[in-house]
Amino acid sequence: MSEFKNISGIACILDIDNIDTDQIIPTEYLKSIKKFGFGEFLFDGWRYHDIANINTPTSSRSLNQDFILNQAPFNESKIIITGKNFGCGSSREHAVWALRDFGIETVIAESFGDIFYNNCFKNGVLPIVLNQDKLLMVKDHVSNESKLHISLVDKNIVIKNERIAFEVDSGMLDMIITGQDEVDITLSISDKIKSYESNRLKHKPWLN
Amino acid sequence: MKTLYDKLWDDHVVEDLGSGDHLVYIDRHFLHEVTSPQAFDGISKKNLKPWRLAANIAIPDHNVPTARGQNFELESIEDEVSKIQIIELDRNCNKFDIPQFDINSEKQGIVHVVGPENGFTLPGMTIVCGDSHTSTHGAFAALSMGIGTSEVEHVLATQCLRIKKLKNFRINLLGCPRDDVTSKDVILYVIRSIGTDGGTGHAIEFSGDYISSLSMESRMTICNMSIEAGAKVGLIAFDKITESYLSDKVQLDKSEYDNALEYWKSLSSDSNAKFDKEIDIDVSKIKPQVSWGTSPEMTSDYDSCVPELDQNSDKYSTYKKAIEYMGLKEREKLSDLTFNKVFVGSCTNSRIEDLRSVAAEIKDKRISESIEEALIVPGSGQVKLQAEKEGLDKIFIEAGFSWRDPGCSMCLGMNEDKLSPGDRCASTSNRNFEGRQGHMGRTHLVSPMMAARIAIHGGIPHE
Ligand code: SF4
Repeated sequence: MSEFKNISGIACILDIDNIDTDQIIPTEYLKSIKKFGFGEFLFDGWRYHDIANINTPTSSRSLNQDFILNQAPFNESKIIITGKNFGCGSSREHAVWALRDFGIETVIAESFGDIFYNNCFKNGVLPIVLNQDKLLMVKDHVSNESKLHISLVDKNIVIKNERIAFEVDSGMLDMIITGQDEVDITLSISDKIKSYESNRLKHKPWLN
Repeated sequence: MKTLYDKLWDDHVVEDLGSGDHLVYIDRHFLHEVTSPQAFDGISKKNLKPWRLAANIAIPDHNVPTARGQNFELESIEDEVSKIQIIELDRNCNKFDIPQFDINSEKQGIVHVVGPENGFTLPGMTIVCGDSHTSTHGAFAALSMGIGTSEVEHVLATQCLRIKKLKNFRINLLGCPRDDVTSKDVILYVIRSIGTDGGTGHAIEFSGDYISSLSMESRMTICNMSIEAGAKVGLIAFDKITESYLSDKVQLDKSEYDNALEYWKSLSSDSNAKFDKEIDIDVSKIKPQVSWGTSPEMTSDYDSCVPELDQNSDKYSTYKKAIEYMGLKEREKLSDLTFNKVFVGSCTNSRIEDLRSVAAEIKDKRISESIEEALIVPGSGQVKLQAEKEGLDKIFIEAGFSWRDPGCSMCLGMNEDKLSPGDRCASTSNRNFEGRQGHMGRTHLVSPMMAARIAIHGGIPHE
């Protein structure tokens, strides 16, 4: 994971609530046992007219030109701006892998599905929650500009002369900025896990 | 004074990591073939082994064909990519020594059905799985939630999760429902009332005299769909019904069982515990529910209509897209719709009680001519066996249903059980998302009883 402190690029608006992870990446691609290569299938059902098939090269498929991510400059979007409850539904981390592989670095929404929200941080995609008013300001700006600049260190979105602050947990943001591996960090206190565990299994032996 | 969630949380915190992060110990880890390969790969690359083997149990469910009979050969799975995933799970279980109910085991089935019926799900546990419907196991007063694949890897490697505490939300379900209202209708009604993000950031505890009256199967249906209300954790307190369900499923010697039982009895919210949010719902007012849209909150009473679009509403674009996708018209009566598919199955409604309810509706009847395919997919090998013992399979087959082997099947269509474009399906599953059951398929979420009635009438019966 690369170190990065700012996100700057094309932003597209998907003005729909409750975009679920089945839309972000359809079930068909869950058959892959890899962690990469999902970008061309992002929003597959909306991006293509024909049916999802993991064995069909996307170059031979029929593109839905009406869908925003198929239109320049949005086919190079780094930022998605959407409504409420983005990423609800299935826990599939493939949804974040698809966003990441497409080149999406941040999603700005009014709220997110809990599991999706957590999954984002493990893969270097920043989910930003904004209230309705702030979200409207950002949408207005993007409708004219199509570009957005976000400072991770200052935790704000830069719009002309204004800065729209957002909140994000510092520890989780650090994970994105530094790309640390959580397993390594946790294993550095494995003695604590061991002592908790032996105590637990002693007092509640039925758990073993 | 603590809520049930607080108690479970406090009991599992290994370490407070600061700024809200906690290292939380995981007692039980269910694995299936779809969200585990990358996690196994991750621990292999780090040269790690699973932290505590006995915590894990793996079951293939999402991809498995459901017309397979006995002694099925993995090689005969037609879909090459499905086959690879199931073989990969087998390989990883062998490599790491993880216990597995493989595709030919008579205990194989959907993880959330198999876990409870084999005593892997116990009160007071933390339970995770790379699957959002892990919330199901909360019906046993267990802190149980779906996780992503990175977290699956983390749990395999460390037996812990790094998470933040959720807020407490209590939904009191009160009163006595109509005879044709099941726990599926009640949870759909809850989702419709609070919205698919109503429980986001919260653990929902379901309580009230209605909950106390329910079987464990019905309680699982409710907790299963708490994720559809945005809550990754759904909970129900331990009581006599939990106790009697478990009595023949846990193999413990007498003194150990008594100790466990004494602890389990403490697993309810203290009477004056504080909740961040609390609502009451009178279930006697609830009618059978049918979803009309592409999100579980887009649900209405069975005798009502598709909503009217309001240009000024902030839901306008979302609703408009849903109505178009579903091939509906504004204000169209739900009872005017013709269905051509019926699916009874999924971790929401594939347990024995669900199958009995379908059988009672269709006994000595035939499915409607409009129905081209009606599937009944039991949640597990044990459910299948029990249904056959009771002769339910004959009732299904005589009515024109196809009686299958256990798996997720048409809940998400990873195997060959899929809707075709334009199909209109009455489904007992949990998600009516676009394309969920097959490309351009149209899903209406219903209870098993309503699915059976639709199978017989070809549509939602008027009354
Ligand atoms: S039955 Fe459906 S919801 Fe349940 S685990 Fe399988 S795919 Fe997921």
